[in-house]
Amino acid sequence: MPELIETLDDASFDEYITSNPKPVLVDFWASWCGPCKTIVPILEEIAAEYSDRVSIGKLNIDESLSTPQRFSIMSIPTLLLFQKGDLMLRIVGAKSKRQLLAYLQPYL
Amino acid sequence: MGVNGVTKKDSVGNVVIIGSGPAGLTAAIYTARADLSPIVVEGEPSSTSDQPGGQLMLTTEIENYPGFPAGIMGPELMEAFKSQAVRFGAKIHPGKVTRVDISKQPFKIWVGNDNTASDTPDLLCKALIIASGARSLMLGLENESRLLGHGVSTCATCDGYFFRDLPIAVVGGGDSALEEALFLSKFAESVTIIHRRDQLRASKIMQDRVFSHPKIRVNWNSVIVDILGEEKVTGVKLRDTKTDEEYELKISGLFIAIGHVPNTDLFKNQLDTDEAGYIITDNSSKTSVAGVFACGDVQDHVYRQAITAAGSGCMAGIDTERWLENLTLGIKQS
Repeated sequence: MPELIETLDDASFDEYITSNPKPVLVDFWASWCGPCKTIVPILEEIAAEYSDRVSIGKLNIDESLSTPQRFSIMSIPTLLLFQKGDLMLRIVGAKSKRQLLAYLQPYL
Repeated sequence: MGVNGVTKKDSVGNVVIIGSGPAGLTAAIYTARADLSPIVVEGEPSSTSDQPGGQLMLTTEIENYPGFPAGIMGPELMEAFKSQAVRFGAKIHPGKVTRVDISKQPFKIWVGNDNTASDTPDLLCKALIIASGARSLMLGLENESRLLGHGVSTCATCDGYFFRDLPIAVVGGGDSALEEALFLSKFAESVTIIHRRDQLRASKIMQDRVFSHPKIRVNWNSVIVDILGEEKVTGVKLRDTKTDEEYELKISGLFIAIGHVPNTDLFKNQLDTDEAGYIITDNSSKTSVAGVFACGDVQDHVYRQAITAAGSGCMAGIDTERWLENLTLGIKQS
């Protein structure tokens, strides 16, 4: 069974966000960030429930340094939504499922 | 509401616990071991201290929790609390309580925003334990919310990493402000503590560490008038409270640690609170409403430690067990 959330790094990031026909949500996270942990189950639920409408990836900012810099990430968790490679939405900080879906709804 | 099949809408549970920090989860461990099948409404994710696991989710190393001589990470400690509660049968209910009615039995609890206006609550219970904690205060400046995540942060442990070799500031003068300053000094070029008075509220040991730290200095008698920066924070405008003189400090990051307010809005006009909004409990965890108990920071603005929160959570668990026992026996109680 494929992972619900794709693990990305600096090398795979561009290909993943540009080649995907669906909108792509990328979670910038690190292991030492408490709020990053609390949103994982929510992202998994969204990935499962909306699998035909959005792809979700995660990028560990400790392991991949250049992508977070490129997008001026200064706080985690930060979620970026891309459509065909274009940045559509930036969500900073942990949110509830209801709040996240409200942000994402126009793009799903 | 049957979220995760936790309970049926019309069935009355023994006890609902609001909050999943050290107080709420300790109350859950005790009431679960007493066979009361507690339901813990854990809260919802945020990057403030008002989230599942509570304020410790925003910390790193906890050095003063007894039993961990080498220290333990805050989120790890809360994960352990949770597993221990679940092991004895506590049910964790995701979401945030948005409304309560404790005017008569059974108590009614609404979770999430979807049906707050509806007559049908999500949970019904005989006893209620309030462990909703306290949340961090914000400065309330317009540019603070605009630059949140762009240099303004409420979570040093989340965001400190992004300020490697940059000048930053922490606003506040309590233990949490100093802890943040010390943590951030590992990354930052310099850390300025901005404090409105001429002395700190923080404990002696924290003050000693801060004063002897080569990277940390304190700007006394200073209040933040504005946060500067278009795309990201470039500085703050400060006012000297003694001279009224305004001046700018160039920084790339501002961390807010100016204190806490109890999460008691839900209980306004339903429970006795003090002037600051903390729930009043007298020599036990009992509140002004029979069957409603409170523990942790929601009723404590003095100690505010993980261990005191856990201790009062234990008291609330035991008080609840006795109260429910007497209720079953038909013994009159306050």
